Amino acid sequence: MSETATRKASGELRLVELVRTYDEFVAVDGIDLDVPAGSFFALLGPSGCGKTTTLRMVAGLETPTAGRIFLGPNDITNTRAHQRRVNTVFQSYALFPHLNIIDNVGFGLRQLKVDNWKPKAMAALELVKLADRAKQKPRQLSGGMQQRVALARAIVNEPEVLLLDEPLGALDLQLRREMQIELKRIQSEVGITFIHVTHDQEEAMTMADTIAVMRAGRIEQLGAPSDLYDRPATPFVANFLGQSNLLPFAIDGQTGGLVKALSHGHTFLVRPDQLPSGVLEGLQLGIRPEKLRLVSSSDRTLTNRMDGVVSDVSFTGVATTYLVRMPWDQEITVTQPNDGSNRARLGEQVTLGWDPHHSFVVGAS
Amino acid sequence: MAWLRRNVVVILGLLVLGYILLPNIVVMVFSFNKPTGRYNYEWNHFSLDAWLDPCGSPGMCEALGLSIWVAVVASLVSTVIGTMAAFALGRYRFRGRASTNLLVFLPMATPEVVMGSSLLTLFVAMGMQSGQTTILIAHILFTLSFVVTTVKARVASLDPALEQAAADLYATPSQAFWKVTFPLVAPGIGAGALLAFALSFDDYIVTNFNAGATTVTFPMYVWGAAQRGTPVQINVIGTVMFLGAVGIVGIAQAIGARKRKAD
Repeated sequence: MSETATRKASGELRLVELVRTYDEFVAVDGIDLDVPAGSFFALLGPSGCGKTTTLRMVAGLETPTAGRIFLGPNDITNTRAHQRRVNTVFQSYALFPHLNIIDNVGFGLRQLKVDNWKPKAMAALELVKLADRAKQKPRQLSGGMQQRVALARAIVNEPEVLLLDEPLGALDLQLRREMQIELKRIQSEVGITFIHVTHDQEEAMTMADTIAVMRAGRIEQLGAPSDLYDRPATPFVANFLGQSNLLPFAIDGQTGGLVKALSHGHTFLVRPDQLPSGVLEGLQLGIRPEKLRLVSSSDRTLTNRMDGVVSDVSFTGVATTYLVRMPWDQEITVTQPNDGSNRARLGEQVTLGWDPHHSFVVGAS
Repeated sequence: MAWLRRNVVVILGLLVLGYILLPNIVVMVFSFNKPTGRYNYEWNHFSLDAWLDPCGSPGMCEALGLSIWVAVVASLVSTVIGTMAAFALGRYRFRGRASTNLLVFLPMATPEVVMGSSLLTLFVAMGMQSGQTTILIAHILFTLSFVVTTVKARVASLDPALEQAAADLYATPSQAFWKVTFPLVAPGIGAGALLAFALSFDDYIVTNFNAGATTVTFPMYVWGAAQRGTPVQINVIGTVMFLGAVGIVGIAQAIGARKRKAD
């Protein structure tokens, strides 16, 4: 694999105004996307958001209704799947059942008429640690191994872009964790552009450098995992990536360089740079459960505070998660790390506090 | 008593096997008979006459040749057409797909007497001379449904992602078909072809309606001969066919076992 390892892929992918409709249904609704070469890019969204359709259009397995696809400098929109230097790891793996593992992995190389394909295929199998299974048939391998064969079969061709369609969906949790780390390692080793479609936000955040959150055929927000998590732009992103407590508010002047936000009769302080540009209506203040603290009613170190009654307690080991019912009947989720601090009991009156720097603002849904 | 209880399943199995195989054994044994009269129904004494002169019964080997020829051509044609139809029905959604499925099934459900007589009516109305051609057309017609049904089941069990994976790995549509789809569907096509051959070879009713006055297939010959006397050669042919079929199944099993071992 040394040849592949040292090679930096030229696989920059660009989607321009990409649209795909099925009769009345708009699956992909005008996507513009730039995926830099060598990056690990995730398309994240719930089922039916158009992420798989987008991937299949890049692979050449679906024809766009409108828009263009560029791979490096070339417009590949009108080329067919077998003409594109793009390979896919299918959700069902789609290993050829009548061929043994080495012939599966070598299929693409033989199509490309690569001389001496066998050592290359073996090297790819070594990369996924399955060299000893070369002579076996796919059905003799476990799901996790089949998944790795599918990966080897795709990367051995040194495609400009590697597409992964929910590749870990069929694996159990333990194996999925291992494969996430494994995929990340392989990607940095081979340097190929990876585009990974998933509905699992944790998986996307673990592996990708950049995530595009998709919803109803459009890209809702794009950015690095930490940016998306700490500064989601919409209520959808705020709740799809992790959990958020959202409080509607209206702006009520300024104090000490911070904006005063009026919500349910409370005044909370918000950093002005978190306010979206443009219309300042229908704003919601977002606080992640782990950013909220259970404080004593006399503690004044945190300026943003509100009182409620604990309505549910669930202990998960590393943390305790509370639901706290507010006077306006909203239940706020709070996660308290298991760091030895006092735990609250069911029915207890508690005060929640947070730092103004730890909240975010989203526009109307 | 305890022994009987332990082996009751084996004994019952052997009894059923005996029940199924007894006619074949009788046919085999009587192929070595030297009957006293025209009918080969009573054991007289052992003889190899019929085996040494299998075509000794006038017209029988011509009939056999015709039956084999019809069965080969009919099964070939219906396998090719049926496979293509099975792909269309199994793979694609189109207007009229459901009704086509039903219509394809119809020849299997139609009583042969009805099919045979209707075909004869059709051929007569069209002014077609009954003979080899009409037999062939009839056989292709009724074997087609069996091929379509067999191959379609195989096509339906195929993951469509396999062909997409082949395309993704730089195979043109025809390469994807020959390297991936065809090898995977081949067992179904083979089964369909064998079924078509067997059905065509031993068909009597439909053939009898559409053969005309002078064309005689092997089943027709046997039937006709039974009226006038049964030549021992019929038993010889029957024995050869039975052993041939057992041999084919045996070889297939052996290949399968070796493949499994090799994996």
